[in-house]
Amino acid sequence: MNTVLAIAGVVIKELYRRKDFYVLFVLTAVITLLMGSVSFFNDAEIVRYVKEIALLLIWISALVIAIGTTARQIPAEREHRTIFPLLAKPVTRAQVILGKFAGCWLACGLTLIVFYLFFGVVSGSREHHWPLLNYCQSLWLQWVMLGVVVAFVLLGSVVFAAPSSNATISFIVVLGILLLGRYLNQVALQQPEPLRSIVYGIYFLIPHLEWYDVRDLIIYDQHLVGWLDCALATLYASVYMALLLFAAWLVFRRKALNQ
Amino acid sequence: MKRLAPFLVLLVLLAAGFNLATLLQGRTDGWSRRGQSDNVLSVLLGDGRRLFANHFFVQADVSFHSGYYPSIFDQARAVKDTRHLTAKEGDAAHEEHEKQMNFLGPPRDWIERFGRHFIITEHTHLEGNKEREILPWLRIAAELDPQKVETYTVAAYWLRDLGKVKEAERFLRQGMLRNPNSCEILFELGRLYYEADHNAARARKIWDLALRKWAEEETANKEPDPLKLDQIAVNLSRLEEREGNLSRAIQLLELAKKAAPHPETLQQQIDDLKQKLATPPPT
Repeated sequence: MNTVLAIAGVVIKELYRRKDFYVLFVLTAVITLLMGSVSFFNDAEIVRYVKEIALLLIWISALVIAIGTTARQIPAEREHRTIFPLLAKPVTRAQVILGKFAGCWLACGLTLIVFYLFFGVVSGSREHHWPLLNYCQSLWLQWVMLGVVVAFVLLGSVVFAAPSSNATISFIVVLGILLLGRYLNQVALQQPEPLRSIVYGIYFLIPHLEWYDVRDLIIYDQHLVGWLDCALATLYASVYMALLLFAAWLVFRRKALNQ
Repeated sequence: MKRLAPFLVLLVLLAAGFNLATLLQGRTDGWSRRGQSDNVLSVLLGDGRRLFANHFFVQADVSFHSGYYPSIFDQARAVKDTRHLTAKEGDAAHEEHEKQMNFLGPPRDWIERFGRHFIITEHTHLEGNKEREILPWLRIAAELDPQKVETYTVAAYWLRDLGKVKEAERFLRQGMLRNPNSCEILFELGRLYYEADHNAARARKIWDLALRKWAEEETANKEPDPLKLDQIAVNLSRLEEREGNLSRAIQLLELAKKAAPHPETLQQQIDDLKQKLATPPPT
Protein backbone atom coordinates (compact mmCIF):
# COMPACT_ATOMS: atom_id res chain seq x y z
CA MET A 1 0.00 0.00 0.00
CA ASN A 2 2.86 2.35 0.90
CA THR A 3 4.47 1.70 -2.47
CA VAL A 4 1.22 2.53 -4.26
CA LEU A 5 0.85 5.74 -2.25
CA ALA A 6 4.48 6.70 -2.91
CA ILE A 7 3.98 6.34 -6.68
CA ALA A 8 0.69 8.26 -6.39
CA GLY A 9 2.48 11.03 -4.50
CA VAL A 10 4.95 11.47 -7.36
CA VAL A 11 2.08 11.81 -9.85
CA ILE A 12 0.38 14.46 -7.70
CA LYS A 13 3.65 16.39 -7.39
CA GLU A 14 3.94 16.26 -11.16
CA LEU A 15 0.50 17.84 -11.49
CA TYR A 16 1.41 20.94 -9.51
CA ARG A 17 4.82 21.23 -11.13
CA ARG A 18 3.37 21.21 -14.63
CA LYS A 19 1.49 24.20 -16.04
CA ASP A 20 -1.59 22.38 -17.41
CA PHE A 21 -3.77 22.86 -14.37
CA TYR A 22 -2.84 26.53 -13.89
CA VAL A 23 -3.49 27.38 -17.54
CA LEU A 24 -6.86 25.62 -17.56
CA PHE A 25 -7.90 27.13 -14.24
CA VAL A 26 -6.95 30.66 -15.31
CA LEU A 27 -8.76 30.21 -18.64
CA THR A 28 -11.89 28.93 -16.88
CA ALA A 29 -11.77 31.78 -14.37
CA VAL A 30 -11.17 34.49 -16.97
CA ILE A 31 -13.91 33.29 -19.35
CA THR A 32 -16.40 32.84 -16.50
CA LEU A 33 -15.67 36.24 -14.98
CA LEU A 34 -15.77 37.95 -18.39
CA MET A 35 -19.14 36.38 -19.19
CA GLY A 36 -20.36 37.19 -15.71
CA SER A 37 -19.46 40.84 -16.14
CA VAL A 38 -21.61 41.22 -19.28
CA SER A 39 -24.90 43.00 -18.59
CA PHE A 40 -27.94 41.64 -20.43
CA PHE A 41 -30.84 44.12 -20.53
CA ASN A 42 -29.54 45.83 -17.37
CA ASP A 43 -30.54 42.82 -15.28
CA ALA A 44 -28.09 41.90 -12.54
CA GLU A 45 -30.16 38.92 -11.33
CA ILE A 46 -29.54 36.75 -14.40
CA VAL A 47 -27.18 34.00 -13.26
CA ARG A 48 -27.86 30.65 -14.88
CA TYR A 49 -25.91 31.32 -18.05
CA VAL A 50 -22.80 32.01 -15.93
CA LYS A 51 -23.31 28.72 -14.07
CA GLU A 52 -23.81 26.90 -17.35
CA ILE A 53 -20.62 28.29 -18.90
CA ALA A 54 -18.57 27.76 -15.74
CA LEU A 55 -19.66 24.14 -15.32
CA LEU A 56 -19.06 23.37 -18.99
CA LEU A 57 -15.53 24.76 -18.69
CA ILE A 58 -14.96 22.79 -15.49
CA TRP A 59 -16.02 19.58 -17.22
CA ILE A 60 -13.80 20.24 -20.23
CA SER A 61 -10.82 21.19 -18.04
CA ALA A 62 -11.23 18.17 -15.77
CA LEU A 63 -11.37 15.82 -18.76
CA VAL A 64 -8.29 17.45 -20.33
CA ILE A 65 -6.35 17.15 -17.06
CA ALA A 66 -7.47 13.55 -16.43
CA ILE A 67 -6.73 12.29 -19.94
CA GLY A 68 -3.62 14.42 -20.49
CA THR A 69 -2.02 13.49 -17.16
CA THR A 70 -2.83 9.79 -17.35
CA ALA A 71 -1.91 9.27 -20.99
CA ARG A 72 1.72 10.29 -20.47
CA GLN A 73 2.42 8.42 -17.20
CA ILE A 74 3.67 5.02 -18.36
CA PRO A 75 5.01 6.12 -21.80
CA ALA A 76 7.08 8.87 -20.08
CA GLU A 77 8.52 6.38 -17.58
CA ARG A 78 9.47 4.11 -20.49
CA GLU A 79 10.86 6.91 -22.63
CA HIS A 80 13.07 8.28 -19.82
CA ARG A 81 13.91 4.72 -18.80
CA THR A 82 12.93 5.47 -15.19
CA ILE A 83 10.59 2.46 -15.30
CA PHE A 84 13.59 0.13 -14.82
CA PRO A 85 14.88 1.55 -11.50
CA LEU A 86 11.23 1.84 -10.42
CA LEU A 87 10.57 -1.86 -11.07
CA ALA A 88 13.90 -2.81 -9.48
CA LYS A 89 12.94 -1.31 -6.08
CA PRO A 90 11.22 -3.91 -5.88
CA VAL A 91 7.86 -2.67 -7.10
CA THR A 92 5.51 -5.01 -8.91
CA ARG A 93 3.86 -4.04 -12.15
CA ALA A 94 0.46 -4.23 -10.45
CA GLN A 95 1.67 -1.65 -7.93
CA VAL A 96 2.85 0.63 -10.74
CA ILE A 97 -0.58 0.46 -12.38
CA LEU A 98 -2.37 1.02 -9.06
CA GLY A 99 -0.01 3.83 -8.03
CA LYS A 100 -0.37 5.65 -11.33
CA PHE A 101 -4.14 5.24 -11.20
CA ALA A 102 -4.38 6.47 -7.60
CA GLY A 103 -2.09 9.44 -8.35
CA CYS A 104 -4.00 10.54 -11.42
CA TRP A 105 -7.38 10.06 -9.76
CA LEU A 106 -6.39 11.93 -6.61
CA ALA A 107 -4.87 14.70 -8.72
CA CYS A 108 -8.20 15.00 -10.55
CA GLY A 109 -9.97 15.18 -7.19
CA LEU A 110 -7.70 18.02 -6.04
CA THR A 111 -8.27 20.02 -9.23
CA LEU A 112 -12.03 19.45 -8.94
CA ILE A 113 -12.01 20.83 -5.40
CA VAL A 114 -10.29 24.02 -6.61
CA PHE A 115 -12.63 24.35 -9.60
CA TYR A 116 -15.78 23.80 -7.50
CA LEU A 117 -14.58 26.28 -4.86
CA PHE A 118 -14.27 28.87 -7.59
CA PHE A 119 -17.66 27.90 -9.02
CA GLY A 120 -19.27 28.09 -5.59
CA VAL A 121 -17.87 31.56 -4.96
CA VAL A 122 -18.93 32.90 -8.39
CA SER A 123 -22.44 31.47 -8.38
CA GLY A 124 -23.00 32.19 -4.68
CA SER A 125 -21.94 35.81 -5.05
CA ARG A 126 -24.62 36.29 -7.74
CA GLU A 127 -27.38 34.01 -6.42
CA HIS A 128 -26.82 34.73 -2.71
CA HIS A 129 -27.38 31.14 -1.70
CA TRP A 130 -25.00 28.21 -1.47
CA PRO A 131 -26.52 24.76 -2.07
CA LEU A 132 -23.38 23.07 -0.70
CA LEU A 133 -24.80 19.53 -0.67
CA ASN A 134 -25.66 19.80 -4.36
CA TYR A 135 -22.14 21.02 -5.15
CA CYS A 136 -20.59 18.21 -3.09
CA GLN A 137 -22.76 15.61 -4.80
CA SER A 138 -21.92 16.95 -8.24
CA LEU A 139 -18.20 17.01 -7.38
CA TRP A 140 -18.33 13.46 -6.05
CA LEU A 141 -20.15 12.08 -9.11
CA GLN A 142 -17.78 13.88 -11.47
CA TRP A 143 -14.78 12.54 -9.57
CA VAL A 144 -16.14 8.98 -9.67
CA MET A 145 -16.69 9.37 -13.42
CA LEU A 146 -13.11 10.61 -13.82
CA GLY A 147 -11.95 7.45 -12.04
CA VAL A 148 -13.38 5.37 -14.90
CA VAL A 149 -11.82 7.74 -17.45
CA VAL A 150 -8.40 7.53 -15.75
CA ALA A 151 -8.58 3.70 -15.65
CA PHE A 152 -9.57 3.63 -19.32
CA VAL A 153 -6.72 5.93 -20.37
CA LEU A 154 -4.28 3.91 -18.28
CA LEU A 155 -5.34 0.79 -20.19
CA GLY A 156 -4.88 2.79 -23.41
CA SER A 157 -1.38 3.83 -22.34
CA VAL A 158 -0.24 0.20 -22.21
CA VAL A 159 -2.02 -0.72 -25.44
CA PHE A 160 -1.26 2.20 -27.76
CA ALA A 161 2.23 3.13 -28.82
CA ALA A 162 2.10 6.91 -28.34
CA PRO A 163 0.45 9.06 -25.65
CA SER A 164 -1.00 11.37 -28.32
CA SER A 165 -2.93 8.57 -30.04
CA ASN A 166 -4.10 7.25 -26.68
CA ALA A 167 -5.29 10.73 -25.61
CA THR A 168 -7.11 11.33 -28.90
CA ILE A 169 -8.86 7.95 -28.88
CA SER A 170 -9.76 8.33 -25.21
CA PHE A 171 -11.23 11.79 -25.85
CA ILE A 172 -13.35 10.49 -28.71
CA VAL A 173 -14.59 7.50 -26.71
CA VAL A 174 -15.36 9.51 -23.56
CA LEU A 175 -17.11 12.31 -25.45
CA GLY A 176 -18.98 9.73 -27.52
CA ILE A 177 -20.28 8.04 -24.36
CA LEU A 178 -21.14 11.37 -22.72
CA LEU A 179 -23.05 12.64 -25.74
CA LEU A 180 -24.58 9.47 -27.19
CA GLY A 181 -24.41 6.79 -24.49
CA ARG A 182 -27.89 7.61 -23.18
CA TYR A 183 -29.52 7.25 -26.61
CA LEU A 184 -27.81 4.12 -27.94
CA ASN A 185 -30.82 1.98 -27.01
CA GLN A 186 -33.10 4.27 -29.05
CA VAL A 187 -30.67 4.07 -31.97
CA ALA A 188 -30.51 0.27 -31.63
CA LEU A 189 -34.28 -0.10 -31.81
CA GLN A 190 -34.35 1.68 -35.18
CA GLN A 191 -31.78 -0.69 -36.72
CA PRO A 192 -32.44 -4.00 -38.48
CA GLU A 193 -31.01 -7.22 -37.07
CA PRO A 194 -28.17 -8.11 -36.48
CA LEU A 195 -27.09 -4.44 -36.14
CA ARG A 196 -29.75 -3.93 -33.48
CA SER A 197 -28.27 -6.63 -31.23
CA ILE A 198 -24.73 -5.30 -31.78
CA VAL A 199 -25.67 -1.70 -30.89
CA TYR A 200 -27.74 -2.88 -27.90
CA GLY A 201 -24.78 -4.99 -26.81
CA ILE A 202 -22.51 -1.94 -26.94
CA TYR A 203 -25.14 -0.02 -24.95
CA PHE A 204 -25.00 -2.56 -22.14
CA LEU A 205 -21.22 -2.91 -22.35
CA ILE A 206 -20.06 0.70 -22.13
CA PRO A 207 -19.73 2.49 -18.80
CA HIS A 208 -22.59 5.02 -18.72
CA LEU A 209 -20.53 8.08 -17.88
CA GLU A 210 -23.43 10.39 -18.74
CA TRP A 211 -25.16 9.43 -15.45
CA TYR A 212 -22.50 11.33 -13.56
CA ASP A 213 -23.14 14.58 -15.45
CA VAL A 214 -25.58 16.30 -13.10
CA ARG A 215 -24.78 19.83 -14.28
CA ASP A 216 -28.42 20.51 -15.19
CA LEU A 217 -29.52 19.77 -11.63
CA ILE A 218 -27.08 22.44 -10.37
CA ILE A 219 -27.76 25.01 -13.10
CA TYR A 220 -31.55 24.81 -12.77
CA ASP A 221 -31.61 24.55 -8.95
CA GLN A 222 -33.14 21.08 -8.93
CA HIS A 223 -33.42 18.47 -6.20
CA LEU A 224 -30.53 16.38 -4.87
CA VAL A 225 -29.94 12.95 -6.38
CA GLY A 226 -30.97 10.23 -3.91
CA TRP A 227 -28.03 9.08 -1.76
CA LEU A 228 -28.79 5.43 -2.52
CA ASP A 229 -28.66 6.21 -6.25
CA CYS A 230 -25.38 8.01 -5.67
CA ALA A 231 -23.98 4.99 -3.85
CA LEU A 232 -25.16 2.61 -6.59
CA ALA A 233 -23.62 4.83 -9.27
CA THR A 234 -20.36 4.81 -7.30
CA LEU A 235 -20.49 1.01 -7.07
CA TYR A 236 -21.16 0.77 -10.83
CA ALA A 237 -18.17 3.00 -11.59
CA SER A 238 -15.97 1.05 -9.15
CA VAL A 239 -16.71 -2.19 -11.01
CA TYR A 240 -15.64 -0.57 -14.30
CA MET A 241 -12.52 0.92 -12.68
CA ALA A 242 -11.55 -2.54 -11.34
CA LEU A 243 -12.26 -4.14 -14.72
CA LEU A 244 -10.20 -1.62 -16.69
CA LEU A 245 -7.31 -1.68 -14.20
CA PHE A 246 -7.27 -5.46 -14.24
CA ALA A 247 -7.17 -5.39 -18.06
CA ALA A 248 -4.35 -2.81 -17.92
CA TRP A 249 -2.39 -5.05 -15.55
CA LEU A 250 -2.97 -8.11 -17.77
CA VAL A 251 -1.48 -6.26 -20.75
CA PHE A 252 1.29 -4.57 -18.75
CA ARG A 253 2.57 -7.63 -16.84
CA ARG A 254 3.82 -9.33 -20.04
CA LYS A 255 4.78 -6.18 -21.91
CA ALA A 256 8.41 -5.76 -22.97
CA LEU A 257 9.53 -2.40 -21.64
CA ASN A 258 12.78 -1.91 -23.53
CA GLN A 259 11.21 -1.44 -26.98
CA MET B 1 25.05 51.74 -27.45
CA LYS B 2 25.04 47.94 -27.25
CA ARG B 3 23.07 48.11 -24.03
CA LEU B 4 20.50 50.41 -25.57
CA ALA B 5 20.02 48.33 -28.72
CA PRO B 6 17.33 45.95 -27.29
CA PHE B 7 15.37 48.94 -25.98
CA LEU B 8 15.62 50.66 -29.36
CA VAL B 9 14.35 47.53 -31.09
CA LEU B 10 11.50 47.41 -28.59
CA LEU B 11 10.67 51.07 -29.30
CA VAL B 12 10.73 50.48 -33.07
CA LEU B 13 8.42 47.47 -32.68
CA LEU B 14 6.12 49.50 -30.45
CA ALA B 15 5.98 52.30 -33.02
CA ALA B 16 5.33 49.78 -35.80
CA GLY B 17 2.52 48.22 -33.77
CA PHE B 18 0.97 51.62 -33.11
CA ASN B 19 1.13 52.56 -36.81
CA LEU B 20 -0.40 49.24 -37.83
CA ALA B 21 -3.21 49.74 -35.35
CA THR B 22 -4.05 53.18 -36.80
CA LEU B 23 -3.92 51.77 -40.33
CA LEU B 24 -6.05 48.73 -39.53
CA GLN B 25 -8.69 50.77 -37.71
CA GLY B 26 -9.98 52.12 -41.02
CA ARG B 27 -10.09 48.66 -42.53
CA THR B 28 -11.97 47.05 -39.63
CA ASP B 29 -14.66 49.73 -40.03
CA GLY B 30 -14.96 48.51 -43.60
CA TRP B 31 -15.33 44.90 -42.38
CA SER B 32 -18.19 45.93 -40.15
CA ARG B 33 -20.08 47.56 -43.01
CA ARG B 34 -19.53 44.71 -45.45
CA GLY B 35 -22.67 42.77 -46.40
CA GLN B 36 -24.91 45.02 -44.28
CA SER B 37 -23.59 43.31 -41.16
CA ASP B 38 -22.97 45.31 -38.07
CA ASN B 39 -20.25 43.34 -36.34
CA VAL B 40 -17.06 41.44 -37.03
CA LEU B 41 -18.76 38.16 -35.99
CA SER B 42 -20.78 38.08 -39.17
CA VAL B 43 -17.66 38.68 -41.26
CA LEU B 44 -15.78 35.91 -39.46
CA LEU B 45 -18.56 33.32 -39.33
CA GLY B 46 -20.51 34.25 -42.47
CA ASP B 47 -23.82 32.42 -42.82
CA GLY B 48 -22.55 29.76 -40.41
CA ARG B 49 -23.48 32.11 -37.59
CA ARG B 50 -27.16 31.36 -38.23
CA LEU B 51 -26.50 27.79 -37.18
CA PHE B 52 -25.00 29.01 -33.90
CA ALA B 53 -27.88 31.49 -33.53
CA ASN B 54 -30.35 28.65 -33.77
CA HIS B 55 -28.38 26.74 -31.15
CA PHE B 56 -28.62 29.69 -28.74
CA PHE B 57 -32.33 30.15 -29.47
CA VAL B 58 -32.85 26.49 -28.61
CA GLN B 59 -30.71 27.03 -25.52
CA ALA B 60 -33.17 29.74 -24.44
CA ASP B 61 -35.97 27.19 -24.84
CA VAL B 62 -33.97 24.62 -22.84
CA SER B 63 -33.49 27.21 -20.12
CA PHE B 64 -37.23 28.01 -20.21
CA HIS B 65 -37.90 24.32 -19.51
CA SER B 66 -35.22 24.17 -16.78
CA GLY B 67 -33.24 21.60 -18.71
CA TYR B 68 -36.14 19.25 -19.54
CA TYR B 69 -35.80 19.19 -23.31
CA PRO B 70 -35.88 16.58 -26.05
CA SER B 71 -32.64 15.46 -27.64
CA ILE B 72 -32.34 15.08 -31.41
CA PHE B 73 -33.39 11.45 -30.85
CA ASP B 74 -36.63 12.49 -29.15
CA GLN B 75 -37.44 15.46 -31.34
CA ALA B 76 -39.68 13.56 -33.77
CA ARG B 77 -42.35 13.46 -31.05
CA ALA B 78 -41.63 16.75 -29.36
CA VAL B 79 -41.64 20.55 -29.80
CA LYS B 80 -42.45 21.72 -33.30
CA ASP B 81 -43.00 25.47 -32.90
CA THR B 82 -41.99 28.22 -30.52
CA ARG B 83 -45.40 29.64 -29.58
CA HIS B 84 -45.16 28.05 -26.12
CA LEU B 85 -42.31 30.46 -25.35
CA THR B 86 -44.84 33.29 -25.20
CA ALA B 87 -47.81 31.30 -23.90
CA LYS B 88 -49.11 31.08 -20.36
CA GLU B 89 -51.03 28.36 -18.53
CA GLY B 90 -54.54 27.96 -19.96
CA ASP B 91 -53.62 29.15 -23.47
CA ALA B 92 -54.37 26.79 -26.36
CA ALA B 93 -50.68 26.85 -27.38
CA HIS B 94 -49.73 25.87 -23.82
CA GLU B 95 -52.10 22.89 -23.75
CA GLU B 96 -50.84 21.65 -27.11
CA HIS B 97 -47.26 22.09 -25.96
CA GLU B 98 -47.93 20.01 -22.81
CA LYS B 99 -48.86 17.08 -25.05
CA GLN B 100 -45.82 17.58 -27.28
CA MET B 101 -43.39 17.64 -24.36
CA ASN B 102 -44.46 14.22 -23.11
CA PHE B 103 -41.57 12.75 -25.09
CA LEU B 104 -39.81 10.70 -22.43
CA GLY B 105 -42.17 7.71 -22.29
CA PRO B 106 -41.61 4.66 -20.08
CA PRO B 107 -37.96 3.53 -19.67
CA ARG B 108 -36.92 0.75 -22.06
CA ASP B 109 -34.35 -0.96 -19.80
CA TRP B 110 -32.72 -0.79 -16.35
CA ILE B 111 -29.93 1.53 -17.57
CA GLU B 112 -32.46 4.10 -18.80
CA ARG B 113 -34.59 3.69 -15.65
CA PHE B 114 -31.60 4.22 -13.34
CA GLY B 115 -30.19 7.04 -15.51
CA ARG B 116 -33.39 9.04 -15.02
CA HIS B 117 -32.45 9.60 -11.38
CA PHE B 118 -29.69 11.91 -12.62
CA ILE B 119 -31.62 14.03 -15.11
CA ILE B 120 -34.59 16.38 -15.03
CA THR B 121 -37.71 14.40 -15.90
CA GLU B 122 -40.46 16.88 -15.09
CA HIS B 123 -41.91 19.31 -17.61
CA THR B 124 -42.00 22.77 -16.05
CA HIS B 125 -41.74 26.32 -17.31
CA LEU B 126 -39.85 29.09 -15.60
CA GLU B 127 -42.01 31.29 -13.42
CA GLY B 128 -41.79 33.90 -10.68
CA ASN B 129 -39.56 36.28 -12.66
CA LYS B 130 -37.11 33.45 -13.32
CA GLU B 131 -37.99 33.87 -17.01
CA ARG B 132 -35.20 36.44 -17.15
CA GLU B 133 -32.77 33.51 -17.35
CA ILE B 134 -33.60 32.95 -21.03
CA LEU B 135 -32.70 36.52 -22.01
CA PRO B 136 -28.89 36.15 -22.40
CA TRP B 137 -29.33 33.31 -24.89
CA LEU B 138 -31.83 35.35 -26.91
CA ARG B 139 -29.50 38.34 -26.91
CA ILE B 140 -26.64 36.21 -28.24
CA ALA B 141 -28.96 34.60 -30.83
CA ALA B 142 -29.99 38.08 -32.05
CA GLU B 143 -26.35 39.12 -32.40
CA LEU B 144 -25.55 36.01 -34.42
CA ASP B 145 -28.64 36.07 -36.62
CA PRO B 146 -30.19 39.55 -36.74
CA GLN B 147 -32.81 38.34 -39.24
CA LYS B 148 -34.41 35.80 -36.87
CA VAL B 149 -37.55 37.73 -35.95
CA GLU B 150 -38.76 35.33 -33.22
CA THR B 151 -35.72 36.20 -31.12
CA TYR B 152 -36.88 39.82 -30.78
CA THR B 153 -40.54 39.05 -30.20
CA VAL B 154 -39.91 36.36 -27.56
CA ALA B 155 -37.34 38.52 -25.71
CA ALA B 156 -39.62 41.58 -25.84
CA TYR B 157 -42.57 39.52 -24.55
CA TRP B 158 -40.64 38.48 -21.44
CA LEU B 159 -38.99 41.86 -20.96
CA ARG B 160 -42.47 43.42 -20.97
CA ASP B 161 -43.65 40.75 -18.54
CA LEU B 162 -40.71 41.55 -16.25
CA GLY B 163 -41.56 45.27 -16.34
CA LYS B 164 -38.52 46.17 -18.43
CA VAL B 165 -40.50 48.22 -20.93
CA LYS B 166 -37.64 50.46 -22.04
CA GLU B 167 -35.33 47.53 -22.66
CA ALA B 168 -38.09 45.75 -24.59
CA GLU B 169 -38.70 48.80 -26.77
CA ARG B 170 -34.99 49.27 -27.42
CA PHE B 171 -34.60 45.62 -28.40
CA LEU B 172 -37.64 45.69 -30.68
CA ARG B 173 -36.42 48.89 -32.34
CA GLN B 174 -33.08 47.19 -32.91
CA GLY B 175 -35.01 44.33 -34.51
CA MET B 176 -36.97 46.81 -36.64
CA LEU B 177 -33.77 48.33 -37.96
CA ARG B 178 -32.56 44.89 -39.01
CA ASN B 179 -35.97 43.65 -40.24
CA PRO B 180 -37.86 46.72 -41.44
CA ASN B 181 -40.69 44.70 -43.02
CA SER B 182 -41.48 42.42 -40.11
CA CYS B 183 -45.14 42.62 -39.08
CA GLU B 184 -44.38 40.37 -36.06
CA ILE B 185 -41.98 42.90 -34.54
CA LEU B 186 -44.42 45.74 -35.27
CA PHE B 187 -47.21 43.78 -33.60
CA GLU B 188 -45.09 43.21 -30.48
CA LEU B 189 -44.08 46.89 -30.44
CA GLY B 190 -47.75 47.93 -30.66
CA ARG B 191 -48.57 45.56 -27.81
CA LEU B 192 -45.84 47.15 -25.74
CA TYR B 193 -47.28 50.64 -26.30
CA TYR B 194 -50.83 49.50 -25.65
CA GLU B 195 -50.41 47.17 -22.69
CA ALA B 196 -47.40 48.65 -20.91
CA ASP B 197 -47.50 52.36 -21.88
CA HIS B 198 -51.35 52.54 -22.29
CA ASN B 199 -50.73 54.70 -25.35
CA ALA B 200 -53.63 53.74 -27.65
CA ALA B 201 -52.86 56.28 -30.38
CA ARG B 202 -49.29 55.09 -30.79
CA ALA B 203 -50.30 51.43 -30.63
CA ARG B 204 -52.95 52.01 -33.31
CA LYS B 205 -50.37 53.57 -35.67
CA ILE B 206 -47.96 50.69 -35.18
CA TRP B 207 -50.62 47.99 -35.61
CA ASP B 208 -51.96 49.73 -38.73
CA LEU B 209 -48.44 49.65 -40.12
CA ALA B 210 -48.16 45.97 -39.15
CA LEU B 211 -51.37 45.24 -41.10
CA ARG B 212 -49.98 47.08 -44.13
CA LYS B 213 -46.72 45.10 -43.93
CA TRP B 214 -48.68 41.84 -43.75
CA ALA B 215 -50.72 42.84 -46.80
CA GLU B 216 -47.55 43.83 -48.69
CA GLU B 217 -46.08 40.40 -48.00
CA GLU B 218 -49.24 38.74 -49.25
CA THR B 219 -49.23 40.87 -52.41
CA ALA B 220 -45.62 39.90 -53.00
CA ASN B 221 -46.65 36.20 -52.71
CA LYS B 222 -44.39 35.61 -49.69
CA GLU B 223 -47.12 33.57 -47.95
CA PRO B 224 -47.14 35.35 -44.59
CA ASP B 225 -48.46 33.49 -41.53
CA PRO B 226 -52.28 33.96 -41.46
CA LEU B 227 -52.23 33.60 -37.67
CA LYS B 228 -50.23 36.84 -37.51
CA LEU B 229 -53.01 38.65 -39.41
CA ASP B 230 -55.55 37.19 -37.00
CA GLN B 231 -53.49 38.37 -34.02
CA ILE B 232 -52.90 41.90 -35.32
CA ALA B 233 -56.48 42.46 -36.54
CA VAL B 234 -58.11 41.09 -33.37
CA ASN B 235 -55.91 43.20 -31.07
CA LEU B 236 -56.46 46.32 -33.15
CA SER B 237 -60.18 45.63 -33.19
CA ARG B 238 -60.23 45.46 -29.36
CA LEU B 239 -58.39 48.78 -29.23
CA GLU B 240 -60.88 50.39 -31.61
CA GLU B 241 -63.80 48.99 -29.64
CA ARG B 242 -62.45 50.48 -26.42
CA GLU B 243 -61.87 53.79 -28.19
CA GLY B 244 -65.52 53.74 -29.40
CA ASN B 245 -64.82 53.14 -33.12
CA LEU B 246 -67.22 50.25 -33.45
CA SER B 247 -67.54 50.23 -37.24
CA ARG B 248 -63.74 50.05 -37.64
CA ALA B 249 -63.64 47.30 -34.99
CA ILE B 250 -66.20 45.30 -37.05
CA GLN B 251 -64.15 45.80 -40.22
CA LEU B 252 -61.05 44.47 -38.48
CA LEU B 253 -62.84 41.43 -37.09
CA GLU B 254 -64.14 40.68 -40.59
CA LEU B 255 -60.53 40.80 -41.76
CA ALA B 256 -59.37 38.55 -38.89
CA LYS B 257 -62.16 36.05 -39.68
CA LYS B 258 -60.48 35.23 -42.99
CA ALA B 259 -57.37 34.01 -41.19
CA ALA B 260 -58.77 32.75 -37.86
CA PRO B 261 -58.72 29.02 -37.07
CA HIS B 262 -62.16 29.37 -35.36
CA PRO B 263 -64.06 32.03 -37.35
CA GLU B 264 -67.38 31.24 -35.62
CA THR B 265 -66.13 32.85 -32.37
CA LEU B 266 -65.22 35.99 -34.24
CA GLN B 267 -68.62 36.01 -36.02
CA GLN B 268 -70.29 36.02 -32.62
CA GLN B 269 -68.22 39.06 -31.63
CA ILE B 270 -69.05 40.79 -34.92
CA ASP B 271 -72.77 40.22 -34.29
CA ASP B 272 -72.45 41.64 -30.76
CA LEU B 273 -70.67 44.73 -32.07
CA LYS B 274 -73.26 45.21 -34.83
CA GLN B 275 -76.01 45.02 -32.23
CA LYS B 276 -74.19 47.55 -30.07
CA LEU B 277 -73.79 49.83 -33.08
CA ALA B 278 -77.49 49.60 -33.94
CA THR B 279 -78.57 50.41 -30.40
CA PRO B 280 -78.82 54.20 -29.98
CA PRO B 281 -76.69 55.55 -27.12
CA PRO B 282 -78.67 56.48 -23.97
CA THR B 283 -79.55 60.17 -23.83
